[in-house]
Amino acid sequence: MEKSIEYANITRDLLPMRFSRWGKVWTAILLAFCAAGAFAWILQLKNGLVVTAMGDYVSWGIYISNFVFFVAISLVGSLITAVLRLANVHWSTPLTRIAEIIAVSAIVFASLIIVVDMGRPERFLNLLLHGRMQSPIIWDVIVISTYFILSLLLLYFPLLPDLKILIRAKETTGPRLNKLYRFLGSFWKGTPEQVRLSEKAINIMCVTIIPVAFCIHTVTSWLFATTYRPGWDSTNFGAYFISGAFLVGAGAVVVAMFVFRKAYHLEKYITELHFDKMGKVLVMLALLYLYFNINEYLVPAFKMRKPEAAHLEDLFAGEYAPMFWFAIFTGMLVPIVILLFKKGRRPLPMFIAGLMVVVGAWFKRYLIVTPTLLHPFLPMQGVAEKFHHYFPSWQEWAITMGSLAGTLLIITFFARIFPIIPIHETIIEQHEKAV
Amino acid sequence: MGNDNNSRRDFLLTGLLAAGAVAGCTSKKNPFEGYANGDVTASGETVKLLSVDGEVIEMDKAFLKPVPDLPHPSNSEERKGIAGKKFVMVIDLSRCKNVGACKKACNHAHQLNPDQNWIKVLSMQEAEHTAPYWEPTTCMHCDEPPCVKVCPVDATFKREDGIVLIDSDRCIGCRFCMAACPYSARVFNWEEPKLTEEVAAQPYSCETSVPQKKGTVSKCDFCPDMARMGELPHCVTACPNGVFAFGDLNEDSVTNGSETFRFSDLIRDKAGYRLMDDLGTKPSVYYLPPASRNFPYESGLEKDSSGQISTSK
Repeated sequence: MEKSIEYANITRDLLPMRFSRWGKVWTAILLAFCAAGAFAWILQLKNGLVVTAMGDYVSWGIYISNFVFFVAISLVGSLITAVLRLANVHWSTPLTRIAEIIAVSAIVFASLIIVVDMGRPERFLNLLLHGRMQSPIIWDVIVISTYFILSLLLLYFPLLPDLKILIRAKETTGPRLNKLYRFLGSFWKGTPEQVRLSEKAINIMCVTIIPVAFCIHTVTSWLFATTYRPGWDSTNFGAYFISGAFLVGAGAVVVAMFVFRKAYHLEKYITELHFDKMGKVLVMLALLYLYFNINEYLVPAFKMRKPEAAHLEDLFAGEYAPMFWFAIFTGMLVPIVILLFKKGRRPLPMFIAGLMVVVGAWFKRYLIVTPTLLHPFLPMQGVAEKFHHYFPSWQEWAITMGSLAGTLLIITFFARIFPIIPIHETIIEQHEKAV
Repeated sequence: MGNDNNSRRDFLLTGLLAAGAVAGCTSKKNPFEGYANGDVTASGETVKLLSVDGEVIEMDKAFLKPVPDLPHPSNSEERKGIAGKKFVMVIDLSRCKNVGACKKACNHAHQLNPDQNWIKVLSMQEAEHTAPYWEPTTCMHCDEPPCVKVCPVDATFKREDGIVLIDSDRCIGCRFCMAACPYSARVFNWEEPKLTEEVAAQPYSCETSVPQKKGTVSKCDFCPDMARMGELPHCVTACPNGVFAFGDLNEDSVTNGSETFRFSDLIRDKAGYRLMDDLGTKPSVYYLPPASRNFPYESGLEKDSSGQISTSK
């Protein structure tokens, strides 16, 4: 009897809640950013990519670096859900849904931002009609769509038992949401056969999503590494991108953990223990990424081949030096120092470290894309002066900020509609602990 | 009356067939417009013709009208290239003094944006104590083209005759080819190209690269439309100093318009080389080193009143 009361409490704690005043303000701000981004995109569709600051030399700019950022951050879905699950780690259960919704929303906007970057977005279907398997872009299209579907299913299947709970809680959630829950999950009765099938499917997907996750970011790194350009022409790129991706994704999960914990008063479910464990994961990933960075920059810097030298000098001590060192310190070194200490792995310092990782990672992607393009093999001559530099136009900023706000908006609405901490799994775990 | 109707139907039928056969020329204007008014009556004498699609058609002589320009080959023909040819270019750096006539002629022929060029004349100096020289660059029409490898939609392709072209009707504007090209040969139409109505109305062809299209990539195309007419690319004929020589590797000959060389002799005698050959791209453009020059490097630095490097002699 006591137990059932406890389970009822868990359910009550974790059911999705209406937006508070702050929730409404937050959503309104995100919507405003999205609207500004949409407006800028309409301008771009009308006038062409001329509204951007890109030129014949810097032919990829902030859109592409933002795309890389999104693909990177989405990898965390596979890390938290699949890798930790297969490693038989149980403490990550309350974090799986947060990780998976981050993955799904980031992938949605990764795809959108690629369409935004196209000179001829209306010819998108040419990728299917005339697709050539030799092109890494086609590989990316294939693996990203596969990853998207797997992530969506890994979000959906574990949601089914929760949908059953949600359908029953009609009085708290309201009739409109109830309709949605019924549409999504009324077939789920929780019979042993259904549970067995679902468990099996989740296990299979957890195994398959790991290679697919490695593929999406390795292939994304190959969009650069398959060219001859100094700064991109590197065999280190796949591993370098993957390690950076896990880092930024884990950073995003830490930030989300902190925010959801505060906003929904989830202190009982996202405990200091979770922060401590995630802090250890984060510091390990940061050290790993640092290791690949050292490989990526110090080996060519030792030789200083002519084309590489111009690029590296620009990063280490030139035009891009402030941003470069900001990204290295904010994205890796300072978080490592914070997280190495037990005190640093408490919620607030963790939140700050996670935020630093994410912000540093965004600028890191910018540094991977742009400075390389400013150092072609043949000198930049005979082109308009504006093509010698690159700083994103307001339209590019608006679209980029809009896309970032868009991912946050998807996550926000998701948390409004569905329990962000799996209710069913939490109850099961409580039960197992009690037994 | 009945007779009239019959001949009219016959005429319409013939016109329809012919229109279908000549549809490949993609002219926006109906070439049979005049006949539809009934100005022409069938003569009863027919001729057999070969359509652009390779079909033999028969039509009445009265409906024949001379076409001012040959219609473009079909897209699949343009993608195949000119049979039996392997085009090469030789750029003699000892002759270049940055006149810029190549660029001007090219930009005009292909209706490029005023601030974009397919040909760039670079001021080069390898190291502090080496001699500066002028180096015109075009698309290298590589035999292992990095741009073609990365194109996701086969919009840029390598032809049998060695030319690398772009199909602006297919390009999605992802610009991966621009990132992949180590020679920075490619430019992008960032905005709607500013074209005269006449140019904009021309039917697009990959071989003429005209009209340029917004949101697509373009680059030097080796002027295959000129090659089909047995003429030289615009840069070759425009250069007053004979810097560019164009020709066919299979014939082992190249010409700059006034002089014709045996390609293999030229490359051997003048120690020809290719740009960044170590990358393995196998360019079709060869360079002759800037030795025993016709002009001092400085002669290319003359500026006109606007401060621009002079483009006239």
